[in-house]
Amino acid sequence: MGIPAMISRRLFGIAFGTGAAVLLAGALQAQAQTVKIGVILTYSGRDAALGEQIDRSIDLFVKLHEKELPQGVKIELIKRDDTGVNPDLAKRLAQELVLRDKVQILTGGQWTPNAMAVAALTKEAKIPFVTMTAGGSAVTLQSPYVVRTGWTLWQTSYPLGEWAAKQGWKNGYTVVSDFAPGHDGEAAFTKSFTENGGKIIGSVRIPLKTTDYLPYFQKIKDMNPDVVYVFNPGGPQATAFMKAFDDVGITKSNIKLIGPGDITASDELPNMGKRALGVITMLQYSPAATRKANVDFVAAWKKEYGANTVPNYFAAAGWDGMRAIFDVIKAQNGKIDPDATMKLLRQWKNPNSPRGPVRIDEHGDIVQNLYMRRVEEKDGVLANVEFATIEQVGDPWKVLNKK
Amino acid sequence: MTAVSTSGPAYPAASSQLRRLALPLPWLATAALPLFLPGYEPLATQILVMIVFALSLDLLVGYAGIVTLGHAGLFGMGAYTAGILSVYGITDPLLTAGCAMLVAAATGLVFGWAMLRTKDLTLLMLTMASAFLLYEIANKATWLTGGEDGLQGVNFSSLFGTFAFDFRGITAFYYSLAVLFVVFLAVRALIASPFGWSLRGIRENSARMAAIGCPILKRRVIVYVISAALAGLAGALQAQATQFVALYSLSFELSGNILIMLILGGSGRLYGAFIGVPAFMFAQDLLAKQDPANWFLGLGIILIVLVMLAPGGILGIAERVMAAIRRRRGAA
Amino acid sequence: MTTAITILFFGIAYGMILYLISVGLSVTMGLMNIVNLAHGVFAMLGGYITVTLMNHLGVPFLLALAAGCVLVAILGFVLERLLYRHLYGRSELDQVLFSIGLIFVSAALARIAWGPLAQPIELPDYLKGQVEFLGLELPTYRLALVGFGFAVIAGLWFGFDRTLFGARIRATVNNREMAQSVGIDTDRLFALAFALGTGLAALGGGLGADVLAIAPTYPLQYIIYFLIVVAVGGLGDIKAPFLAAILIGLADTACRYFLPEVGAIFIFAFVFVVLIWLPAGIMQWRRS
Repeated sequence: MGIPAMISRRLFGIAFGTGAAVLLAGALQAQAQTVKIGVILTYSGRDAALGEQIDRSIDLFVKLHEKELPQGVKIELIKRDDTGVNPDLAKRLAQELVLRDKVQILTGGQWTPNAMAVAALTKEAKIPFVTMTAGGSAVTLQSPYVVRTGWTLWQTSYPLGEWAAKQGWKNGYTVVSDFAPGHDGEAAFTKSFTENGGKIIGSVRIPLKTTDYLPYFQKIKDMNPDVVYVFNPGGPQATAFMKAFDDVGITKSNIKLIGPGDITASDELPNMGKRALGVITMLQYSPAATRKANVDFVAAWKKEYGANTVPNYFAAAGWDGMRAIFDVIKAQNGKIDPDATMKLLRQWKNPNSPRGPVRIDEHGDIVQNLYMRRVEEKDGVLANVEFATIEQVGDPWKVLNKK
Repeated sequence: MTAVSTSGPAYPAASSQLRRLALPLPWLATAALPLFLPGYEPLATQILVMIVFALSLDLLVGYAGIVTLGHAGLFGMGAYTAGILSVYGITDPLLTAGCAMLVAAATGLVFGWAMLRTKDLTLLMLTMASAFLLYEIANKATWLTGGEDGLQGVNFSSLFGTFAFDFRGITAFYYSLAVLFVVFLAVRALIASPFGWSLRGIRENSARMAAIGCPILKRRVIVYVISAALAGLAGALQAQATQFVALYSLSFELSGNILIMLILGGSGRLYGAFIGVPAFMFAQDLLAKQDPANWFLGLGIILIVLVMLAPGGILGIAERVMAAIRRRRGAA
Repeated sequence: MTTAITILFFGIAYGMILYLISVGLSVTMGLMNIVNLAHGVFAMLGGYITVTLMNHLGVPFLLALAAGCVLVAILGFVLERLLYRHLYGRSELDQVLFSIGLIFVSAALARIAWGPLAQPIELPDYLKGQVEFLGLELPTYRLALVGFGFAVIAGLWFGFDRTLFGARIRATVNNREMAQSVGIDTDRLFALAFALGTGLAALGGGLGADVLAIAPTYPLQYIIYFLIVVAVGGLGDIKAPFLAAILIGLADTACRYFLPEVGAIFIFAFVFVVLIWLPAGIMQWRRS
């Protein structure tokens, strides 16, 4: 037998070996259940920092919990960039994810307008949609295939109005970003503040793309209310708001700044600096909280992404969103049935979330504890320190508009 | 002003018989698309809608020599008209599309009548300002348009009462293809008409056209109104195909993109829109999904190179190649 | 009364940034007779350089501004020689497409170099907070902006009116052939004017970074404001755009204070009417 024959035999061996491996892999593939999950978030543009919070949370959760999946079940994340508040793009991306990439679960849903558009699509497509951080109440009404794991503005603003009125503050002013969550927050705060004896002496809606806030805030200063209710969608805008409040001198005046926790987002506090001291907000999550689930979550986060990074409430909502998705995948052993999934999601609960006990109710909305927080300096670092808790709040809007 | 990038070519030299035979082929091929590219219907529909829009723009840029950076204003007027009507219960696709054309045409008449007296930079700025104005109105009139949230509750009834707008996008695809075909025939007839030739005349030398008694302002306003109506129709198609309307449909971004798509294909050539739009949108679909930086880098370089070295777009390059081959053949 | 003064002040501060960024555009567009949509690119770059020098190398604010201005002016000079000069005499459409292409390329490069997020600028302590001024509490930063702006304008106007370079620019804007025939080297003039204009834009971009946030979307996001100033002011001048910028800054600010429901509708309607009425901008009204 000459050398050529040897080579050809070796080649044959390699060919055979590879062939067998391919066959084997194919057989395994047939057994394995890959659940495709479409993730639509903002990866570019001014508010990409918020998308990054959710995205990191999703990746971290998958990394730490992938081994919990049943034998042979895998998940595949397919990520798409909606570039910001851009509902028609979000809708098209969702449609493509469903039609071309054949995803079985949609998630992300960073913005209310985008989530509304995607939700409308899921009705016909019958794809479960876990919206993580859209805060407009109406999102979960769009389709029976939507649940939310974040919060609603009514949740964070309705109790706040009552609290503010009870502090003896009479004259209120509202300033919100001009889109659905802003409108919700304005309505919720106004309702409970006035019901409890307060009076709204002025309100302004600021376009999302605004960069110069000074004229709006100067007007507030001139009107001199007792309390200003502020909402913006967090991220760099929160810092820009706080800087502008400081520039016109509101932070040093007697005017109190309050709002949902978005306006003192923990990850933006270092950028805001001492300007933010004393601002009181209401939110479902603060990374400064000391319950064990949260301490572990923050520790895992810092280990993964660096000691000077902090997970904020977007990250917490993403974390619980992935927890819910994992739970339904496990419960169905990787075979996703849309209607069964929705049934599971609407009963989903997690007594040990980083933000305390949470569950999803029959509307698809999240029920959770809300915390009053004040920006304080703790060991030389600014933090949202919780000082009061309101237990297990659902979406007040759904309750108020029942019947 | 060099006319290279804007001047229309002579009709291709191929025999008209052959052309007549070849004409239906691309249309039939497109109609068969859902068979071999399932899941791509929504993208294909987007492309068809944008071709309608680009054709309307070509009437202005390619034939009348009116450069506009605000054409999305008219597209958006159509989209919002159709969308808002459907929210208030008037849901028939053809009826709302007709209304959209009327509203867009009326908008075009008002703006065009005011703007087209000016020229050059002023005209360019006015087209931009007009579109920004409409965008801001839509942004602020949240009670009517939904503002940043987009128009909620858009819902069109079935086409001819039979074909529902399904989520796979099959109905929308064939509907858009049919509309595009009709628009194509109309635009082709228009540019071959004496009116169409008078537009080219105004583009090339308006002083001479005025001297031979052509009412220049009137002609320019008329073509602007026609173009507006077609842009409005494209907007209505978009609203119906996606069952949604958002501020993007009025945006500067869209105005810029459609101009780029047209120029990429080649303006003033009728078929430029058919080449440029699919090329742009397929490339965008492939390249811009996860990280748009490279896509914009490539697109920007292509634009700069196109202006510097190859005016006339893809069709312009093709024409020059064909001409070179013909010359060589002639010499041989 | 204090309200009126405060609004006036905010409006002027805003207009000042618009003016600094746009004045170079007005001069170059009038001088070279081209449509340049990409002017914001230079302002963005100036902003990036300023912010990067401050945040990463600890360079003081004013020095960082100067560095941004000089570096971008050099880049402007090179770009004019390499690319822009091929556009003179080309169709308006070609110029539009070229400048959009330049915007795309620079936005993509900015994104690759600095990432998609806006660059936060941390102003030096002496520019934070408020100062008492004529019995009013005014934000220090805006006050500095106005003061700085006026200083630049004084220098610029003096240069334009009194120096040989300024005279050459004015002559070439008026009649290029005549200017060439009396021995003005218009090629060199164009490049220098372009460098000056882009340098000023960079200065405006850096100074205004706290108001117009520095991000890759910058050149497209604010393009309309820069162009409005030029169109409303008029081409080839440096004084009329100042009036236009202050007018627009004031109108926009007053609108935000008194009529936030109207938003930017007013400003665009205003521009539309002005341009229909005075197609060559405010300059035309001054001449007639």
